[in-house]
Amino acid sequence: MSCCAPGTEGALDGAAALGATPSAEELLLASRDLGEGLRQTDLSVPAMHCGACISTIENALTELAGIESARVNLTAKRVTVRWRAGQGFDPQTIVTAITSTGYAAHLFTAQLAGDDELRNQLIRAVAVSGFAAMNIMLLSVSVWSGAEASTRDMFHWISAFIAGPVLLYAGRFFFRSAWGALKHGRTNMDVPISLAVTLSYFVSLWETIHHAEHAWFDATVTLLFFLLIGRTLDHVMRDRARSAITGLARLSPRGAMVVSANGAREYRPVEEIAVGDQLSVAAGERIAVDARVVTGTSDVDRSLVSGESAPVTARPGTQLEAGVMNLTGALVVEATAVARESFLAEVIGLMEAAEGGRARYRRLADRAAAYYSPVVHLLALISFFCWGFYDGDWKHAMLVAVAVLIITCPCALGLAVPVVQVVAAGRLFSNGVMVKDGSAMERLAEIDTALFDKTGTLTMGTPRLVGRTSAVEGAGDRRPTAQPFAIAAAIGGHSRHPLSGALAAAYTGPLPQFQTVTEIPGCGLEAVAPEGTYRLGNRAFACGVDDDGNDGAATSEVVLSLDRRPLETYSFEDRLRPAARNAIDSLLHQGVEVGILSGDRPAPVERVASMLGVERWRAALAPRDKTEAVTTCAESGRKVLMVGDGINDAPALSAAHVSMAPATAADIGRQAADLVFLHNGLDSVSFALETARKASSLIRQNFALAIGYNVIAVPIAIFGHATPLIAAIAMSTSSIIVVGNSLRLRGKAPAAADNAVKQAPSVGMARPA
Amino acid sequence: MSTLVYLIPIALSLGGLSLAAFLWSIKSGQYEDLDGAAWRVLDDGDGATRHGEQPDDRRA
Repeated sequence: MSCCAPGTEGALDGAAALGATPSAEELLLASRDLGEGLRQTDLSVPAMHCGACISTIENALTELAGIESARVNLTAKRVTVRWRAGQGFDPQTIVTAITSTGYAAHLFTAQLAGDDELRNQLIRAVAVSGFAAMNIMLLSVSVWSGAEASTRDMFHWISAFIAGPVLLYAGRFFFRSAWGALKHGRTNMDVPISLAVTLSYFVSLWETIHHAEHAWFDATVTLLFFLLIGRTLDHVMRDRARSAITGLARLSPRGAMVVSANGAREYRPVEEIAVGDQLSVAAGERIAVDARVVTGTSDVDRSLVSGESAPVTARPGTQLEAGVMNLTGALVVEATAVARESFLAEVIGLMEAAEGGRARYRRLADRAAAYYSPVVHLLALISFFCWGFYDGDWKHAMLVAVAVLIITCPCALGLAVPVVQVVAAGRLFSNGVMVKDGSAMERLAEIDTALFDKTGTLTMGTPRLVGRTSAVEGAGDRRPTAQPFAIAAAIGGHSRHPLSGALAAAYTGPLPQFQTVTEIPGCGLEAVAPEGTYRLGNRAFACGVDDDGNDGAATSEVVLSLDRRPLETYSFEDRLRPAARNAIDSLLHQGVEVGILSGDRPAPVERVASMLGVERWRAALAPRDKTEAVTTCAESGRKVLMVGDGINDAPALSAAHVSMAPATAADIGRQAADLVFLHNGLDSVSFALETARKASSLIRQNFALAIGYNVIAVPIAIFGHATPLIAAIAMSTSSIIVVGNSLRLRGKAPAAADNAVKQAPSVGMARPA
Repeated sequence: MSTLVYLIPIALSLGGLSLAAFLWSIKSGQYEDLDGAAWRVLDDGDGATRHGEQPDDRRA
């Protein structure tokens, strides 16, 4: 990273390492045609965060021939590049130019245009109602300070002319939602809101026509203004989280290289791949559809698909699921299912079948409205009849009833929930946790059980070198020219295999050069040097002996040999996420039961469970089993938080009451999750829970405040003493108190645990095949 | 009293003017990149960046 303090990018670098640079065909497929040969590509560059980043990237791009313009959007962490197609311009140079400045770039699809439109509509409505509220308040204050007779009438008429169109323009959001609820025989907060604003407008209009003293136009538009602010905040919060999540690295490929019978190669989008097509998959690419290997041997990483932590060897005949990452060798595979019927589609089917807590969940505000609105409407009706029968003046009775409705209109209630949630989401956001919507936070506050996936969630999913032992067994006449560790690191640097990568990353210092390094998929690497042939890989390959004596080992090992004589042995372990132990302890402390659901083999799962002090764990689970485990738990009356990252976790994520995923998760897992955390540290989970619980208690306090205000204000209205002035003062103070109370959540947040990596304990990784 | 005849239209049109200005600023994308704008103001333009241009991704 080239500048500033490290922030959220830590985890994203991990994600970048997983996905290779998008190919030129993929870039072309994702770009948009602007006409006249101009194309536009949107790239997500999650790591940029200051002014230097902007100019570095923009300058690097505009210097390239063929690029019309490049503009960075720092808020969305995106770069929009316009370039000329043809003239031999390779779109991949865009990505390489960005990568060469030290930033990882990912493709980004601009699919959120519709949502942006709603946001802009809301902001426009806020602006319009704010303008109206200001002007009408100006006129109302003049009336309250003593304008009389024709002057007062004129002020009322002007107010009416301003308020009318605003009611239609800014109120439509509430009318639409209230109508939708009523049509289905339900009621929500928008029903009393719509009723109050329309009634207050028409009663005021009627009063104005009859030269009366009081009109409520200011109440109408101020209510709309306040409520729209709440609505807009709610929407913007979701918008921000969503665009940040879609901006992350995309893990599933958009297409694949199809090899036709005559050997021609063509890059086709995923949807156009038919069963029986031969696909060429280079090392470092993900497989787009379910397929069977035809030629080639390679190691494949299935951790996102099945939760297995160790790479598996793929040979001709091996069946591979969509989403599997090809690590070491080139493969030619035959598609066995179209994208719609691939493993991924099966998982999506399971997800749809798993009706999670979110479908049944009713938001707090709606539940409050279910009690609130009948009471309010009943109160207004009762005061109408009481006054009517008491003094026989039905017009006065009507005015009192409207005053009751306006005073009780849930202005503070409408702000009570969104303001707290926006403040809480902001607090989480600055600590690297993104919340998709407000209801997720409410649901999170309710949980009493947390279930974790193992690979990639409790552990980092990447191995780390933990030990090396020299095997000095009377070495022959030929000796290595350099330190064995340096040789191993140099050879390891040539492979994408995670163990090789870990070896290369662990060594710092000058590396010896080798003329030829060949990779033998499923076995290891071979390098020829003047002093002999070095081999780096499993023991059988490196030493040429069959040894299957330590199958139960929880750690994996790699051997470096010179002419089949072992030089050094390296052992690796998958390391726990930083602060995993703290997070689990803190969850237990908050009264949450913790369990592990893993697709990996029992041995490594047990090891992780015992290290974290988790008693309940299950291993070797298929996606369906995980979902069932979650639903059984839910059926016994528990509210489950599911934390997982793989494709195989996605159905369980959507079946759970609420779910979380790390930023490194598969696309589908991230989409299924309600919350996504960017930092490596697992303490994001406990932090999110703590914040959600605090937010939930603040929301309850706000409800209490709003209802307390009503208890005082409603009698005033019922006894007919409420004037527009009293209503305006009461409404504003209650809203300000509620907002002020919500802001108390902005406390100091704990530091993220990214720095704790070094102290994190390690756990066993399965032995490579 | 007679002052009201022109004072009120003035007040309303001033308010309307600011409303129009705000709506225009939303429409022209002034709020698209608040963080970036804060940094760009410090950039003295030595680089080759073409500042006037705005590839606009909203009109998708």
